[in-house]
Order: sequence, then structure tokens, then C-alpha cells
Amino acid sequence: MNPTDSLQTLGRAADVPAPLVRVRGLHKRFALHPERLLPWRFDKRRRAWRRQRIHAVNGVDLDIQRGDALCVVGESGCGKSTLARLIMGLLTASDGEVSYDGQRVDRLDAKQWRPFRRRMQMIFQNPHSSLNPRLTMRQTLEEPIRFHHPDWPRSKIRHRADALMADVGVDIGWGERFAHELSGGQRQRIAIARALSVEPEFIVADEPVSALDVSVQAQIMNLLMDAQAERRLTYLFITHDLAVVEHFATQVAVMYRGTICELADADTLFAQPRHPYTRALLAASPRLEDSDTEPLRLSDEDPPPIETSSGCVFRERCPHVNARCQREMPAALVTRDGHRVACHAVEEGRVP
Amino acid sequence: MALLEVDHLDIRFPLRHDEIRAVRDVSFALERGERLGIVGESGAGKSVLAFSLLKLLSRPGYIAGGRVRFEGRELTTLSDRQLRRIRGNRVAMIFQDPLTTLNPTLTIGRQMIESLKAHRRISERRARAIALHKLRQVQVSSPEQRFEQYPHQLSGGLCQRVVIAIALLLDPDIIIADEPTTALDVTIQAEIIALLTQLCGKHNVGLIVISHDLCVIGQLTQRLLVMYAGRIVEQGPTREIINDAQHPYTQGLINALPQMTLPRQRLAQIPGNMPSLARVPDGCAFHPRCRYRFTPQGRLRQACVERVPEAVSSGGSRVACHWVRELITTVPIEEEAI
Repeated sequence: MNPTDSLQTLGRAADVPAPLVRVRGLHKRFALHPERLLPWRFDKRRRAWRRQRIHAVNGVDLDIQRGDALCVVGESGCGKSTLARLIMGLLTASDGEVSYDGQRVDRLDAKQWRPFRRRMQMIFQNPHSSLNPRLTMRQTLEEPIRFHHPDWPRSKIRHRADALMADVGVDIGWGERFAHELSGGQRQRIAIARALSVEPEFIVADEPVSALDVSVQAQIMNLLMDAQAERRLTYLFITHDLAVVEHFATQVAVMYRGTICELADADTLFAQPRHPYTRALLAASPRLEDSDTEPLRLSDEDPPPIETSSGCVFRERCPHVNARCQREMPAALVTRDGHRVACHAVEEGRVP
Repeated sequence: MALLEVDHLDIRFPLRHDEIRAVRDVSFALERGERLGIVGESGAGKSVLAFSLLKLLSRPGYIAGGRVRFEGRELTTLSDRQLRRIRGNRVAMIFQDPLTTLNPTLTIGRQMIESLKAHRRISERRARAIALHKLRQVQVSSPEQRFEQYPHQLSGGLCQRVVIAIALLLDPDIIIADEPTTALDVTIQAEIIALLTQLCGKHNVGLIVISHDLCVIGQLTQRLLVMYAGRIVEQGPTREIINDAQHPYTQGLINALPQMTLPRQRLAQIPGNMPSLARVPDGCAFHPRCRYRFTPQGRLRQACVERVPEAVSSGGSRVACHWVRELITTVPIEEEAI
């Protein structure tokens, strides 16, 4: 059976409108030794070419509905940032397709991408490296507006930049400053303003608050939520912080080793996590309250995600592993309420 | 006598024209086997404070005043040679990123044996036995095999366990850990927290943990110092501070956590930003961001702007705040008991 067909609606009711972003069977493999020198091996006196590849994104299916805030959560190296970059077209997929508003975007060239760039924007983790150090904040904001509206007069562009700075809570007088003169929180505000400058409808935010202090993190999260309410934005939000996810998300996708192991709306996922990895993650996330619950100890064995044979990606660390998990990769099991779990143990009822 | 006593410590970094006072008038004590947390936002001076305890200040920083006593012995006046007998030996450190802490060109075993040999006259065989024993203590699986491996062959969590094993090698009395779990994934972080807690209890080691993450500090420590702009604004039992913070800054920090608000609601934010240490406001450093700088009648409390607040006892903690002081002195005791 073709998994693309079985996941056509991803468990949502049939009358749900077409998703804004639709991802099917997405794969991304990175060559481990792109310099083409190291993979040469001598095997029994014969020269052999052994190419090793990292399977960063391994068959991801995803729908993002308009108005949703979909959070992708997972540990470092699980492929969540790669997924974000694939959707934005910053990386080319090895396999699979990405559609935006019904149109395939994964094989477009730079010029064909341009109309979509106005509709989808990205915010990066570290505003220090995502802002051009040689531009003032005003230039940073005016550049994308001028690029996408070449017919606008200067005063109109200037006016828009002023309005943006006011919207994100940056003093207009700061427009003449450079990135290094601003604090981390203010830089991130400018990065958000830049993303908003072309009036997008979809924003991909890759760990936008992870590099910030608690009090600044609250300010930036409020700003992102306000912007969503005022401009009817749709978010794809990448993070590893479960507290942020629980607060921000309407939908949550949990990733491990390039695959989505569980996807549900935020309330369901936090109330009834089903996948063993999601459970371990929730149990391990530190709570403010005094808790006596022992963290679920996962096994340490954590081989690098080099393209391997079949089997569940979580099998090395899963407490419920059996022969079937070693052998075949679990398919996504979708229940009526849209809760999606990829786990043999859940399917067979081995997990309580 | 406490194991470590810090008394009115003052640390400054001279610049061309003026001086940055990174740590101001900090006093605290650490008992044997106690786990102490230092929490604050970046730029609050918490790392400088921790490094200064062993005089590990990068130039041009210097200790401008105050005392640090370890088992009653003054550390601030010791020479580098004398300090070397304490560093690593009696007081060990764990840093944020285990992969940069470990030497990438040496096997795990070699690094462990080298640090033992640097501090003790010991045979290779004996050192090896001790190192393997420590690896087992931090629950490293198949330690003999890890011994021959290089840091890049281990996962981040395993590396941090090795770093902890190295810190434990010489049976120190104090471990100072600077953001020990920040670089790790949550599942690994929970394991490291459990491991550190267990080791400190078992070996009676005092632990000083620096972190910006209140949740981690809450799980790991018994007592807590909250720092703002170089000063301790609140110190007391961790649980008490988290459940009932007294200082407006601590309250703001806790209330800003996403956990404290219902999902999809606006978070409670502290207005403004932490001041740069070169331009700390007069009076209470927090007053420009504090909502209690005004009286209920809307008048500015002059004390907040003019005088640095002294720490007062409130509940089980000590709080440096004019507003808290006013509350304590004006509210009759009987009323407070109800």
C-alpha cells in the first residue's frame, strides 16, 4: 500500500479544508564524506567505494492547517531543523514532496520561488548570526520590502519600517544602530520584524527563544503570539523545550531520528502521550514543582543516525522493544481524533 | 565552620576609563554535602562568581575586596602554586559543554590517568584502577571499552558522565558545575541531575550549580542564590523560594516561565532588560523594572532609587528589597500569622 494514499487526510475529518503546507514522504540524506576521499576503503585488497549517508529526515508526512501553530519537538540531531529548511526550500529534498497552498514547491528554482518567499518567512535561533552586521536595523527591515515592492516610493518603505519597529516594540530611534549594539532580545525582535515586513502568512521559527533568557523569552513569545492573533499567521515552530511547546502549540509533532513518532493536538499529546519516546521526553522534562517521579532511564546506546537497515528508529533505546521492532519500521497509526502514533508496541497494545 | 565561606566578595574588571563591578558584596556559605544553586540571567555575574572562588578570573578581572575561606583557610591571598593543590584536588569543576572540556586527542583513559598523576604520586596500574572505579560510579556502561575510546566516539551524555568521573577522581570536597546540563538533551539532562544528586549524597560532596534554568536548579539543589546585576537579591531554601518568592525579580523570573500561565495565554513578562554591568542603576539595581517602586498611593519610593537595599530575613530566606522590608515592618506579626 502506498503510504501517501493512506495518509491523505492524516486522520482529520474529511470536511477539513486543504492544508496550507502539505508534506509527503519527505527524505533528506546527507553524504557523510562529501569530499569523496575518505569513503574509499580497501576490502580484501580490492578498492571499494563505501558511501555512508546520514538519514536526517526519514519519510515525514505532515499537514499544517491555516491558523495552526505546529511545534516540532525532539532532541538535538533528530532532524527538526532540517525539516524546517526543507519546507522553506533552503535545502533540496532527496525524495518526497512539499506543497504550499496546493502547489508543489520542492523542485522550484530561485526565480519560481520568489512569489512564495513573500508568503513564507523564517526566523532563526541566533539573531546575532542571522542579521547582517553591516546593515543598520532600518536597512535590514527596508531591504526585503524594497525587494518585493520595487514600485513603492521611498517614503512608503520608510513608513512601513517605522510601523514594523513600533509593532515589535523596538524604539524607532534604534533604526540607525547596528546589530552588535543591540541586546539578544532586541535583535530577535528585529529578526521577527524582518520576517513580518513582507506580510507573510506562514512563518517557520527555528528555536527562536532558545538562546534567550527567561524574562526575554517571555517577551518574545508574547510578541509571536500577538503577531499570530493580529495577522492570522500560521507557524511551524521548532524547539526542544517542552514547556514552550505546551504553551505555544496547537499541534505537536514529536521527532526522533528523522521520523515523526507521534503527532496530535497539544492538549491530547500532553494529557495522553502514547509513544514510548514521547513518554520518556515528558517524564524527563524538569518541572518547577517538586516531583518524586524517577525519570525513565533510556539506554545510553546511541549510535549515530547513519543510514541503517530496517526497523524502528527508537529500537536501541526503547524499553518495549521486541523482534518485530528490530525487523520492520512501524507505520503511522491514525486514530479518529487525528492522533498519530508510529509504534508497534502501541499498535499491539504492549504499552499500557 | 562551614566548608566554604564567602564574605563580602567584590570582583572588578578595570576598563580604560572606568571599572565594571561584576560581583558586588556577595556573601554565602556552603556546608559539606550541601547542594547550592546560583540562578540569574546572562550578565548577572554568576559565572564570574563561581570562577573567582578558585581565583580563575580571566584578566583583567581581580578580587577587589572580601574573603573566600575554604575549611577556614583564606584563598584570595594564596599563590598560584598553593592554589594548584586545591584546584582539581579539593575543589573540582564541571563545565557546560563536555566535548570542549575533554581533550579530543587523548583517550578517555589517558586523560583520567594524567589528571591523577598530576596531583598524586601514583603508579600507572593504580591510577587505571581508580579511573575505572570512578567510571563505574557514574554508571558508564562497559568502562573498559570506553577507556580506549576518544571523546568524539561518545555521545554527549556519556561525555558529561566522563567529565563528572574526572571531577570525582581525586575525591574533592566541592564540585562547582557551570550549566552542567544546558548542552544536553532533556532525557540525558534528567539522568545527569539524578546522578549528581546521588553522588553528592553518597560522598558528602558540596555542590555549587550555576544555571539560568529554574526548573533544573529546582530539581538539583537544596539552597538557592538569585543574582541580579552582580548582587544576590534573594537567598534561601530552594523549595521555599520557588513556591513563595519574596523579591520582585525572583517573582518575575518564576512568573515568566511558560508553565505559570495557561496555554496560549500571554506570559507575564518583566518589562525592560537587565542593565549592562557598566551602567548599573543607582539604589536598587532592579528598580527601573520593578512594579513595587511605587507605593500603593502611586508615589515613588525614594529608598528604591537612592539606597542599595540590605538583605532582611523574610520567612526562611534573606531578601534584599526595600518593599519587602516595608511589608515586614509595617504589617503586625499577629496579622501575618493569620
